[in-house]
Amino acid sequence: MSQYLTKRFIQAIPTVLIVSILVFLMLHLIPGDPAEIFVGENVATPEMLEQIRERMGLNRPLHEQYLSYMANALQGNLGESLNSRRPVVDEILLRLPSTLELTVAAMLISTALGLGLGILAALNHNTIIDSAAMLLALVGISMPVYWSSLLLIVIFSVNLRWFPPIGQGGLDRLVLPALALGFLSAGSLARMVRSSMLEVLSQDYLLTARAKGLAQRAVIFRHTLRNALIPVITILGLTFGQLLGGAVITETIFARLGIGRMYVEGILNKDFTLVQGTTLFIALAYVVINIGIDLVYGYVDPRIHYD
Amino acid sequence: MTNTATLKLTEQNRPRVEQRRRLLRRLRRSGNVVVGVTILALIAALALLAPVISSYNPELMAPLDRLQPPSAAHLFGTDDFGRDVLTRVLFGAQISLVVGLVSVAVASVAGSLLGVVAGYTGGTTDSVIMRLIDVMLAFPSILLALVIVAILGRSLPNVMLAVGISTIPVYTRIVRGSTLSIKEADFILSARAIGAPSGRIMLRHILPNVIAPIIVVTTNGIAGAIISGAALSFLGLGAQPPTPEWGLMLSEGRNYLRQASWVTTYPGLAIMITVMAINLLGDGLRDVLDPRLRI
Repeated sequence: MSQYLTKRFIQAIPTVLIVSILVFLMLHLIPGDPAEIFVGENVATPEMLEQIRERMGLNRPLHEQYLSYMANALQGNLGESLNSRRPVVDEILLRLPSTLELTVAAMLISTALGLGLGILAALNHNTIIDSAAMLLALVGISMPVYWSSLLLIVIFSVNLRWFPPIGQGGLDRLVLPALALGFLSAGSLARMVRSSMLEVLSQDYLLTARAKGLAQRAVIFRHTLRNALIPVITILGLTFGQLLGGAVITETIFARLGIGRMYVEGILNKDFTLVQGTTLFIALAYVVINIGIDLVYGYVDPRIHYD
Repeated sequence: MTNTATLKLTEQNRPRVEQRRRLLRRLRRSGNVVVGVTILALIAALALLAPVISSYNPELMAPLDRLQPPSAAHLFGTDDFGRDVLTRVLFGAQISLVVGLVSVAVASVAGSLLGVVAGYTGGTTDSVIMRLIDVMLAFPSILLALVIVAILGRSLPNVMLAVGISTIPVYTRIVRGSTLSIKEADFILSARAIGAPSGRIMLRHILPNVIAPIIVVTTNGIAGAIISGAALSFLGLGAQPPTPEWGLMLSEGRNYLRQASWVTTYPGLAIMITVMAINLLGDGLRDVLDPRLRI
């Protein structure tokens, strides 16, 4: 296991390295002089620009600049936000709990809904329940998160007044954004669970389980669901990415101070050091999460060996 | 002599024609395909006929008609600048369909070419291409599109390019996989044996044979691209006011959820119905063309 883990991390190194090079080059890929980007909207004299170049090391060859960027990054220093002048790492750490809270809540909602709908559809294969469940899943897949968020606000905040429309802190302010985000991936999860269940339901060992007189509940939970869940876990990694992407929009709509909203604001305000640092952070987090999901995959399916 | 040659050709073509006919029959019988195509044809017709259907200008402000509820004069009501929401939804359909098609064209052409080159050539080229794809997969696709827009600048054409580039990996992976499985097939070996150049083999022999999964992924990709394109405009990174773009309309209308929910309801419904129709068509095509992809 630990050998496999080491191997996976080693395999991820080239990816992370290329990501870091591209993230570093971002500032140079944007049209215009990087020094002027650092100045932002302020008017700067050529002397001031030269000073900035000197201070930020922009006069040095690119590879030297990259090496010093990476040396700093490895020590947890991703530079300073151009807007707030606070360290980018501090900004990320400040917003991380809010995004994690939202993503985990959405993941729970999405898993519960997706599993529920998928199982219901598979157990009632080719009936009206199956069709209704799959129609619901199709609506879920086709509904953009910015539209479902607005609908939830209109229904539950404006009309029913059950939940506050925006803000964060407390469970009542988490419900609507988590629901909107949860719907985002529940549809595709439900389809996956259904087809996976249907495939398992046609296996011989289920016939055996039924033939030896096991109760329906045991057949479903112990024999069908456990096996049907294996392929579902692979898409949980994708789901997590989808949720992280969706968080950008939900956090903006529900005015939550998370990483997603910070990222969009960074782009809109041309705060490129913040965007650079956050991009690197998200890529790293995504790589680690995918490795984690591979490990869960092996835990659920004992047939998989990590060699 | 000529007659014999013609006869031979017709004989050779018969199975292919028959196959095509059978495929069309299966497509016509698929409920998903029929419903999807009908709704899409209707949306496309409405989008094209927008200037004929509506006498209002989608961008011209009419402050006196501000936030009017749906009525006979304005079926979908008006927005905060007094513009007719129905007109803007109709013109918005043109933009969204173009965003979907162009983004997917960028992604499918670039992705398929990379995939077929990686799969057919193998070796270092394959490793380099697949490493790059791994890098792209290190980001959720909408975030990758955000980064690309950040670099290129905010505009609708850049959104199409960004959404297109961010979905390249999907096509590369599928085409590479399919290429690997057919590159050892007899007809490819014989093409190589008669000295056909690699480029010709990839374009003329391999790509046409892996087209089924590409069509399926492309169809669903258009739906995804419409959602992502509108998302970027919603966030203020794509279409700029006063463009009648669905995502931008939702973003502008969200300040009036309490007084005028119709400003957001109709563009939202428009996105959902369009995307649902494309997804239905995609599901139908998948069942007929490539049942292996079925989930």
